[in-house]
Amino acid sequence: MINPALLKEFQTILGPQNVLTDQADLLTYSYDAAVLKAVVPALALRPVNSKALSRVVRLCNENKLPLTVRGAGTNLSGGTIPLRGGVVVLTNALNNILEINAEDMYAIVQPGVVTAKLAAAVEAKGLFYPPDPGSQAVSTLGGNVAENAGGLRGLKYGVTRDYVMGLQFFDVNGETIKTGSKTVKCATGYNLAGLLVGSEGTLGVFNEITLKLIPRPAHQKAMFAVFDDIDKASETVAAIIASRIVPATLEFMDNFTIRAVEAFSRAGLPVDAAALLLIEVDGHPAQVEEDACKVESLCRKNGATSIRVAKDAAERDKVWAARRSALSALAKLKPTVVLEDATVPRSKIPAMVRGIQNISRKYDIPIGTFGHAGDGNLHPTILTDRRDKKEWERVEAAIEAIFDKALSMGGTLSGEHGTGIAKSCFLEKETSTATIFYSRSIKAALDPNNILNPGKIIGHLKA
Amino acid sequence: MLNIKALTILMRELEDQLAACMRCGMCQAVCPLFSETGLEADVARGKLALLDGLLQEMFKDPQGVYQRLNKCLLCGSCAANCPSGVSVLEIFIKARAILTGFMGLSPAKKVILRGMLSRPEIFDRMVEWGAKFQKIFTKPASELIGTSCARLVSPLLQDRHFRPLAPVPFHRIIPSLNTDKGHSGLKVLFYVGCLIDKFFPQVAQDVIDVLNYHEVGIFMPQKQGCCGIPAISSGDLKTFNRLVRHHLNIFDAEKFDYLVTACATCTSTIKEIWPMMAAKDSDSIQSRVVEIAQKTLDISQFLVSKIGLRKSVIEDIDTAVEVTFHDPCHLKKSLGVAAEPRALINANPGYRLKEMPEADRCCGLGGSFNLHYYELSSKIGKLKRYNIKASGSSVVATGCPACMLQISDMLSQFDDKIVVKHPIEIYRELIKINGTHT
Repeated sequence: MINPALLKEFQTILGPQNVLTDQADLLTYSYDAAVLKAVVPALALRPVNSKALSRVVRLCNENKLPLTVRGAGTNLSGGTIPLRGGVVVLTNALNNILEINAEDMYAIVQPGVVTAKLAAAVEAKGLFYPPDPGSQAVSTLGGNVAENAGGLRGLKYGVTRDYVMGLQFFDVNGETIKTGSKTVKCATGYNLAGLLVGSEGTLGVFNEITLKLIPRPAHQKAMFAVFDDIDKASETVAAIIASRIVPATLEFMDNFTIRAVEAFSRAGLPVDAAALLLIEVDGHPAQVEEDACKVESLCRKNGATSIRVAKDAAERDKVWAARRSALSALAKLKPTVVLEDATVPRSKIPAMVRGIQNISRKYDIPIGTFGHAGDGNLHPTILTDRRDKKEWERVEAAIEAIFDKALSMGGTLSGEHGTGIAKSCFLEKETSTATIFYSRSIKAALDPNNILNPGKIIGHLKA
Repeated sequence: MLNIKALTILMRELEDQLAACMRCGMCQAVCPLFSETGLEADVARGKLALLDGLLQEMFKDPQGVYQRLNKCLLCGSCAANCPSGVSVLEIFIKARAILTGFMGLSPAKKVILRGMLSRPEIFDRMVEWGAKFQKIFTKPASELIGTSCARLVSPLLQDRHFRPLAPVPFHRIIPSLNTDKGHSGLKVLFYVGCLIDKFFPQVAQDVIDVLNYHEVGIFMPQKQGCCGIPAISSGDLKTFNRLVRHHLNIFDAEKFDYLVTACATCTSTIKEIWPMMAAKDSDSIQSRVVEIAQKTLDISQFLVSKIGLRKSVIEDIDTAVEVTFHDPCHLKKSLGVAAEPRALINANPGYRLKEMPEADRCCGLGGSFNLHYYELSSKIGKLKRYNIKASGSSVVATGCPACMLQISDMLSQFDDKIVVKHPIEIYRELIKINGTHT
């Protein structure tokens, strides 16, 4: 329970309509898109300006109230679940694009700006903000930075981290911390932005984010290649990378996913194909044509049974609509969908795909695999019904097996979904005990009362 | 003290459907209410989580959940865009019925729904009285749009610029019809619907004229009432069932090939909600409801797919009026009907269709949502008005009388010189032009 005097203070700072105390409202901030136990907060606050946000942070610290920042609540690792109760701070009223500077190619945004809205606004000025996480239609940039979100274009354009030029955030005392700059180069002070990106709200609360923009590529070409053998498809991925071509997107879909997408969208996908590669190259028109030719011949050389190149924008849209509907199509098959994002060095994609298939057989769990093959970030998608306790145990075992497989190949637990609650108990496996202690020391120094999204990332150690 | 256990047992029928929501949150992108308030309890994911909370016995009192469940336009934008294919509307409507049954209907709703709406003749009489007296309390607001507003400060009317009730409702002009199939070889049951009967009798007249022109036999039985949507969206299953039975009885009097309406909401109610709620009815009622639902079509859908539109005898006109089309949620999102009403407009060379941005964004009316949350309803409506303006058209057409009321209110408040029409009116004008040229 929040004491009445403190509650009153929050109401004075934020306005009573932005202080949510009703049990029904609070329940709606107890979950995110991860398949994890919900935790209901004691209070939800919706600051409408920076000053209020800073005062909220300070008050929470003074009163030792846990504080979990929430954007759209779409993350897949439990980053926005208020694990220790306390306060959920909503950023979606802080949703202004403060500046789009076309000359210097940067944008400054408040944390609650929706990713797709920024992308559209910069596109209108002939610029490009490439990170495109699957949830971009609703996800917030604050959330993207906090989780270091990726997307389909990671292979060529990188992830959110690669676009954060600077941050202005509040420390636990509500003091303004500034790091980075609007300049392309900036060598002053610690690279605090580097520390804060992907910190999942455990080290500070974002107030303003400066993002790098790039020129829009002039030309694109999309195609899909059909394979009758999954190994041939994954070896093609390795071959494309090895020949020094960097497609904007290089996506993979296994037979299970192809059938689900086709049943759902009737897009005309070959349902008997073992695997599909969906590839797009972009850039200068001449370079695009050359790269597309090379990619096409590489696909053939590696055993593609057919290749279809999109003739125009409409056909290109069709290719990507099919890929984008993969998760939806799989999600319709079973009530519970666990979307994993274990990632391996890209040359290991063939081994990882085989590994996932073996795990699916071993634990007798349907797993559809699709994802960003070009950057080694596959999405093994487990279909289950959480209410079936027996099956759920097998699912948990399968997830751990996927993690082990990825780590054994020098990979990582999470390419783009973050550690959150879901992967915190596996973090030590990937790093080391000392890494966890080192991280905890940073956390303890910056957040002595442990109020900033407590229990996330570095919460667990092997017993 | 309410017996929450008993409620949990009732809620169990929704358990499987609720489990389909994976909490991805994609509904936030399309919910017109969420885009205004930013509150999770206003968007489908939040409401589904609340219903799940009831099921998990997380509430001592369901009132808070009930209130939030009712704060929804039932526009179906979320369902149409849901990656997991959650039957959001079905869950919401059934949950409203369960919770209303459990908690009881509010006294005001009891009077309106059970006392008036469930008895078509009494309802008609009351509305006619209203039509006679409305001029005393209201004054004209926009001559072009045909709206009025309150003469004095009125808590009921607030700042609304509403379309007044027609002086004579359609059922007084033509109480019933039963004509033979002509050349078309088809006979339809014309279901008028309350709003068209009481606010837009001209639209009903145009439907009749168009059907006659295409030599379609018309069966229009007397004593038609409400399709039941206001009742079922308030969770009043009793009134809803009574209305469905009433109509089954009057529909039985004649054989017909299709049931057509010019109201998107009536069409989607009869086609989707009648069978959805009949699952617990007797086999004979169920099969009659399903049979009628299968025959039910929006007027534009009927004309385009079963008859074929009349081509214009004259070529394009230089002075064509620019018209933009608003997709009613109950046509596009519920039934997937979007091309057909546009075809009706395009058939008339006197008009040139010019799409507005976000043509399928909800107008914000949402039936009784507009009564309970007028401020929010207008905010959403003003976005629609902005998009209509942005199209630069002088006419806005839409296939639902409820949307017509909301859009009229919004345009009139800004004194916009834009006329609101039903697509059938535009098509009817073509037939008139053709008539004078042949």
